[in-house]
This record gives sequence, C-alpha cells and structure tokens, in this order.
Amino acid sequence: MAETLLFNALREAIDEEMGRDNTVFVLGEDVGVYGGSYKVTKDLYDKYGELRVLDTPIAENSFTGMAVGAAMTGLRPIIEGMNMGFLLLAFNQIANNAGMLRYTSGGNFKIPMVIRGPGGVGRQLGAEHSQRLEAYFQAVPGLKIVACSTPYNAKGLLKAAIRDDNPVLFFEHVLLYNLKEDLPNHEYIVPLDKAEIVRPGKDVTILTYSRMRHHVMQAVKGLEKKGIDPEVIDLISLKPLDFDTIGPSIQKTHRVIIVEECMKTGGIGAEIIASINDRYFDELDAPVVRLSSQDIPTPYNGKLETLTIVQPKQIEAAVENMVALKV
Amino acid sequence: MVQERTLPQFQAPPAQISPEDGLVLYEDMVLGRYFEDKCAEMYYRGKMFGFVHLYNGQEAVSSGVIKSLRADDYVCSTYRDHVHALSSGVPAKNVMAELFGKETGCSKGRGGSMHLFSSEHNLLGGFAFIGEGIPVALGAAFQSRYRRDALGDASADQVTACFFGDGTSNNGQFFECLNMAALWKLPILFVVENNKWAIGMAHERATSQPEIYKKASVFGMPGVEVDGMDVMAVRAVAQEAIARARAGEGPTLIECLTYRFRGHSLADPDELRSKAEKETWLARDPIKRFEAYLLEHNLADEGALKEVRDRIQTRIDDALTFAEDSPEPSPDDLYKYIFAED
Ligand SMILES: Cc1ncc(C[n+]2csc(CCOP(=O)(O)OP(=O)(O)O)c2C)c(N)n1
Repeated sequence: MAETLLFNALREAIDEEMGRDNTVFVLGEDVGVYGGSYKVTKDLYDKYGELRVLDTPIAENSFTGMAVGAAMTGLRPIIEGMNMGFLLLAFNQIANNAGMLRYTSGGNFKIPMVIRGPGGVGRQLGAEHSQRLEAYFQAVPGLKIVACSTPYNAKGLLKAAIRDDNPVLFFEHVLLYNLKEDLPNHEYIVPLDKAEIVRPGKDVTILTYSRMRHHVMQAVKGLEKKGIDPEVIDLISLKPLDFDTIGPSIQKTHRVIIVEECMKTGGIGAEIIASINDRYFDELDAPVVRLSSQDIPTPYNGKLETLTIVQPKQIEAAVENMVALKV
Repeated sequence: MVQERTLPQFQAPPAQISPEDGLVLYEDMVLGRYFEDKCAEMYYRGKMFGFVHLYNGQEAVSSGVIKSLRADDYVCSTYRDHVHALSSGVPAKNVMAELFGKETGCSKGRGGSMHLFSSEHNLLGGFAFIGEGIPVALGAAFQSRYRRDALGDASADQVTACFFGDGTSNNGQFFECLNMAALWKLPILFVVENNKWAIGMAHERATSQPEIYKKASVFGMPGVEVDGMDVMAVRAVAQEAIARARAGEGPTLIECLTYRFRGHSLADPDELRSKAEKETWLARDPIKRFEAYLLEHNLADEGALKEVRDRIQTRIDDALTFAEDSPEPSPDDLYKYIFAED
C-alpha cells in the first residue's frame, strides 16, 4: 500500500495504460512539456515522447474532433480538458461525433476515447471555471459519464475508461486532486457503470457523487451522533445510472435524498427523480428531496460561492427532517 | 458584382494517362452523375427523404482526387457525400440503400444522405454540420503519423483526403486544422470544392479573401488552385500532394474551382444563381470535357465510352432494385449501435 494523491492516482492510471497499450495517447493543452495544469500527465512526455503526449494548440473543438478521427481509425486518445468548461467549445464534436457517430454509421466505427479533466466549483475561480457540465452532456446519446471521487476509484475508473470502446466523459473535481489515500500495490480496475455503497444504512438513501460525497460523509458524522443510520451511495456512473444498486437501497430505506453539485434545473438529480418515479414510486414513503446547487453562474465572492453549493449542515438538516417524517 | 474569377489554365505538358486509367476516371465520373440523377428522380417521386445534396458538376474533383488514392487511404466527406462514397469504392447499391433508409445501406439505414460511412472502404463520413469532418480527417492523418513515428510502423504511410466547400473555409475549424496539420506535418489533403455558393450565399459576399488557396501560405503550407472542371488537372495536383503527404512532407490545400449544376439540395428552389452563370458553367461540364480529351488523345473511342455509360446505367438500375427490395431495419434493433458492445 502506498499513500497517493488523487492527481497522482490518475497519472498512474494513464502511465500504466500507455505502457500496456501503445495505441493509447494523451492530447490537450499543456499536457506535454508542462505536465498538465494539475500535473496529471507530469513526466509522461519525457517517457513516451511528443506524439504520445501531444501538446495541442488552444483549439478545443478541433483537437476533440481530431481525437474522434484518431479513435475511429484505431487509436485510443485521452483528451485532457484543461478545464472541463472549455469543452463547451467542443460540444459539437463531443455530441455529434463522439456520442452519435457509432449510431449514425450503423456500427461501422467505434470511438474509444476518454475526455477527462477538472470541473466543479473550485475556490473562487469565477463562473466560467466553476461549471458543472454533467447536466449538459447527460442528454447526449452514446456517451458514458463517470465522476471519480477518491484516489482509489479515480485510478481504477480511469483505467476502465481508457479500456472501454466507447467515448467516456470522465469528471474530476478541482478540489479533490490533493485528496490522499493508500492504494493497493497490485493492478485493479473499477467498473464504470457501478455505483458504490459508501456507507450501508437503513433509514434513508443518500445519492451523491464527486465532491459532494465528502460533504455527505461530513454530514453523516453529525447524523450518526443523533442515532440516524443513512445509506450513502456514490453514483460514480452518471450515465447510465446504476439502478441495480440504487433500487434495492430504495426498497430498504423507502426514502431518498439526492445531493449534487449540479444545477437543479435539468440536472442529474432531476433525471434520477424522474427515473425513481418510473420504477420505484410505490416504494417511497416520502417525496424524493433534492439538494442541488443554485441555478446561477457561480459567483466569485467566497461567501456567495459557498451559498451556491450544498453544505454539510443543510444535508444533515434535510436528512433529519425526512427521517422525522412518520408514515 | 464581383468580377468573375479567372480560371487557371491547365499547364502543358499534358499529364500522361493510360487508356485504362482514363476509363477508370471516366467510369467513376459517369457513375457519380448517373447516381445523382437517379437520386433526384427518386426524391421527386417521393421515395427518398430528408435533405439530399447532389454533386452534379463536381465529379472531376471526387474522381480526380479519390481515384489517385490507394485503397488503404482515408476519405472524409461532407453532407454532399454520395459521390465521394462511390469514388471510395462503396458499392452503389449500398449507397442507394442507405438513401432509402434500408438495413443494407452502408450506414445500416441509420445515417441517411448526409451520414455515409464505410469502415471497409475507409470512408470516415458523412457530416451534416459544415466543417465538422475536418478535425476528424485530421485525426485519421494523425493516426497514420502516430503509427509511423510513435509505433515505428514504416508501412503506415496512409494519406487522408478531406473534402469541404468554400463556405466552410470561413469556419474556425478550417483554420485550426490547417494550423495543426502544418505544425505536425500530417499526411492530409484539404480539398476545397469552391462551387461559388454556400446555399444562397455567394462566396465573394462571405469571404474577405476569395482566393482560398492563398490561405495556405500563412501556415507555410503549399496551396494550389486548380480547374475543378478538369479531371486531369485535379488528378495532377492530387497526385503531387499525395506523394508529398506520403513522403512525410505534410499537408496541401487544394482549391478546386467548380460548380454545382443543381440547387444546394433537392429542397432548394435555386432562384439566386443567374441563368448566364449557370450556362457558363454547364458549358464546362467535366464529363463532356473529359470525353473530348479521351477521344482527342486516342485513349478511347466513342464505342468504349458508350459501353461504359451503358454498364453504369445497368449498375444504377440494379442499385435501385436492390435498395427497393432491401428490408427496413428491424424495430427490435432501435437501440443497436449506440455503444461499441451493440
Ligand atoms: C454548422 C452549420 N451551420 C449551418 C449549416 C447549414 N448549411 C448547410 S450547407 C451550408 C452551406 C455550405 O456551403 P459550402 O461549404 O460552400 O459547401 P457546398 O454546399 O457549396 O458544397 C450551410 C450554411 C450547417 N450544415 N452547419
């Protein structure tokens, strides 16, 4: 076991996969000589050379499309979005080509590519650098969307994403890159489509992902003291959602709270509620509660920024309220 | 009005071509023309749907470039893609079936007119948004270089031909990709089919520098202008650019001056282009011109040319029968092909 920071766990995943498969390459802005804005590709340029760790010009839509073309013709590109928000400029290539082209081509082509990078609300980075893009992309057919949350799952999920034959959007959170954890010395893979039961419990199901997992776990400390026993599920996969894990949990607790960093309107939580209504309405003892970010551009001001995203105290209060509801 | 651009003269000495190659080019152009005429007929008879953009008049470009490529080279097209697919070797019956939305179509009926694909023929699309295919083509070219220089596969010398229109050359992806292609010396041909119009937008009204080939120079890339109604001229510049790309000397921008004989799509009333303009260009029909060239140089006689035309007509008729008789995709397969596992 070795203590590893999350950014290094990602780096190890890329390094190991580039080592085992020489069609895997990295491209993006400053991924090469500079080693990546968050050092996820540090030293890989020296190890693998400039074609396999390709520094691109600042041309998001075009280099994303270039990765699509490379993937169609047999390579396995990993795009680093310097900040995932910049990939809005690549929306066309991600949606029309990465997502849909296998279908429109009638199965002629596979698009094995990973699009990864930092996102989420950081510390006073301003609106454009504090985006929650998962909601924008969830409607695109043909994409897999995952969000890592710990060094352990970051490494195992990224390896799985690189080996997957489909386009995978891989969300990292700027505020989690320095999270530490002991990682196994042996190789491991974490499946892309499986949610993780972070804490089993019986009173309420809390569904969350990415950095909010850690806010939830902070709230859980307070809840435990009050004798409340919540089940916490880290969704990991935002598309497809893992109802094989979510469903049985709802059948056990009959109560659901969703905690997300994404916008409320049209967000991941909105989709989950709709799906729960479709499948598990009869299991619910209370309406599903959703704690989401405010529907506003992330303010620069630190106090306002804090108010924008869900805080552990709010989670604690919402769970208490729900558990107190008698049926 | 902007003055008509002077067309470049096809320089002597005349390019050499064997009678066999001459007939290959001729057959390909006739195939493109007859195929498109049949599409128009089917569309007006209500048998073909959606946006259908025909290639009539531009055949010298597709045949001149693609027939100069090897089978393992790549072709990346636009929404005006039928003839690029045919030149790439996708059988006419599978292209026709695609336009009929049939399971036997080259994209299994999932793509349609603007989304023709064939992995077997290294045809990378079929893209409905303008300029969308340029980065994809760049990726295929990058892949060849990667195999050669990162993986040490000396046989990886495939070239990618990327087609798009004059209107598209005003889009950011064009400039972004020219830059990257030149920067990394990628084996790619950017082939602009300047047919003077982008739907109803005259090229001169949209473009600050209408001579598109000149835009190559700022990227340190060779840019050539060629008479896109002359298949021999297109072939000559294509061959040179392909040789350069294959030798690892990087990309070329080729601007083919051409004209579409029909409206933008079959839904376009085509009211803006003047009769005089159309007549000028119709008089330069690349197929008639090449017929004259073949006869003049004793590369074929009238009988041989007629034999080609008859053969192609039969092939188009067969393609139509095949498309009409083919099954629709099964409703059970609605979700098939979303993911690689499907
Ligand atoms: C991104 C985008 N914007 C607008 C359109 C609508 N559109 C389709 S074709 C076209 C004109 C393109 O002209 P050009 O590139 O010259 O190609 P041509 O049709 O002449 O072959 C336009 C504006 C589109 N398909 N994609």
